[in-house]
Amino acid sequence: MGMTRSSLTGSSLTGSPLTLAEKILAKKAGKDKISAGEIVQAKVDVAMSHENGRMVKLSFERIGVEKVWAPEKIVIIFDHRVPAESERTAIGQKELREFVKAQGIKNFYDINVGVCHQVLVEEGFSRPGILLVGTDSHTTTAGALGAFATGIGATEMAAVWATGELWLRVPETLKIVVNGKLPRGVYAKDVILNIIGRIGADGADYKAIEYSGDTISSMSIASRMVISNLSMEAGAKVAFVIPDSITEDYVKTRAKGPYEMISPDPYATYLSEHTFDVSDLEPQLACPHQVDNVKPVTEVEGTKINQAVIGSCTNGRLEDLQEAARVLKGRKVHPEVRLLVVPASWKIFKEALSEGIIETLVDAGAVLVNAGCGPCLGAHQGCLAPGEVAVTSTNRNFQGRMGSAEAFLYLASPATVAASAIEGKLADPRKYLEA
Amino acid sequence: MEPVKGKAWIFPDDVNTDVIYPGRYMSITDAEETPKYLFETVYPDFRQKAKPGDVIVAGKYFGCGSSREQAATAIRYFGIGCVVAESFARIFYRNAINLGLPIAVVPGIREHVSEGDEIEVDLAGGELINHTAGKELTFDPLPRFLLDLIGQGGLIPATRKKLGLM
Repeated sequence: MGMTRSSLTGSSLTGSPLTLAEKILAKKAGKDKISAGEIVQAKVDVAMSHENGRMVKLSFERIGVEKVWAPEKIVIIFDHRVPAESERTAIGQKELREFVKAQGIKNFYDINVGVCHQVLVEEGFSRPGILLVGTDSHTTTAGALGAFATGIGATEMAAVWATGELWLRVPETLKIVVNGKLPRGVYAKDVILNIIGRIGADGADYKAIEYSGDTISSMSIASRMVISNLSMEAGAKVAFVIPDSITEDYVKTRAKGPYEMISPDPYATYLSEHTFDVSDLEPQLACPHQVDNVKPVTEVEGTKINQAVIGSCTNGRLEDLQEAARVLKGRKVHPEVRLLVVPASWKIFKEALSEGIIETLVDAGAVLVNAGCGPCLGAHQGCLAPGEVAVTSTNRNFQGRMGSAEAFLYLASPATVAASAIEGKLADPRKYLEA
Repeated sequence: MEPVKGKAWIFPDDVNTDVIYPGRYMSITDAEETPKYLFETVYPDFRQKAKPGDVIVAGKYFGCGSSREQAATAIRYFGIGCVVAESFARIFYRNAINLGLPIAVVPGIREHVSEGDEIEVDLAGGELINHTAGKELTFDPLPRFLLDLIGQGGLIPATRKKLGLM
């Protein structure tokens, strides 16, 4: 897998060609001209919060406005601690339920729908060409459909609820081109882990990324979401897959509101360009305790594990569960391993149920957890004890992320997690996926 | 904006938001309560040793990870006078500014400041004085728009002003 770095300069002959980030922000800020580095006031199309909407509400009340600016543009999705794991959470959820009712916010999804980033896409809120902000870092996921989608804090969301606008710095853009047919047992997760390993956990800090190339354009929406989701772990403010016919096919039947198939201008100015060929890529793992500490499976296989997790906004979609089931079908989870499966939404759960995937996973010994963030953020449903090791298809392996600060987390594709669950140690999924 | 003066506490590169404020306390939304859990998992004695007005001096990519605002809230409400880092992760940077927590980006800062040094940071003037080591550094101040936001106490007072509510 090779990489080249070169600086592309914008064409001075064509005026000022714009990147996708610049184009969308110019539109949302009502400006003809825009350039990376400037700060604009932009109008928000979709404003999403999960349980931390309660913090937004407290800040909103401190601003002192009575009604939110546009209830139809606000989306609230409960996913982080569902069902409530404590009285404190229960009180917060109760307050927020009352708030959405009082404010006339119809786009409210209670504990029985799924992880916010998945629900935003499934329900048609994530659309090409819009400005979508969410009080969660992995809001970048919606960039897979060409939205300018980025994570913000609770206080600034309160300002959005009050005014519909937000200050944003126009980011510089990295152009990342991925080419080559993915080998057997290698997935979007392996591609993006490898990219993060190469550009570093801050390789795209405060930057936009535009992904293109034949590997990306042949990916499903679900796989593109893995790329945009995990780009956050390289610091990206926004991570676009340039919208194409696959995007439009997905969006046109479910879009909740207008969308625009915007592409970057030819000869736009990029901070840097990176080209990857993935045709020889091996399954990858991010090793403790940094997401950019990435190694091929052949270097780390054999490390004993205690827990294996398949799910999350990164890798809890139908194709992820299908691949895990392919590996686990007719096999058993190692007796000393706890395998947790967390579908990203109940819609996905139902599809997996009707395809017999859930039965395969449960027969293999998996514990099925309700759709939500589950153990990914270490709040409940699968915390680790000191000294324990987990392999997980989630997005962060920080110290203390899944419970004990003395536990160790490896991030991998669902197939690698499933293979490791069988063997009780980090394992290469390719041997379970003979053609 | 008045310069910030206090004792320096040194942190490494890549201090993430789980380290600053563990996920298990994310359901706490009372700002005053958040400092009780500041750095709890990895630097549990920080809260006993540091004092309001002190300065956090960190390496690159401070505040990487989740968007949890409590990471910036806990630092602000502990009373830290300023966070000086070689670089910040985007959402932490935004949260700090929007909450009115003074921050400064000073490349190479840790070569010039040791733990316990008395330092003074002039955010608007772009000047940092290490009184203990007898050194002066300059840095690029934040854009005026962002300094104004910090100066106004963050986005809530700024929005109230914009909407004519104060």
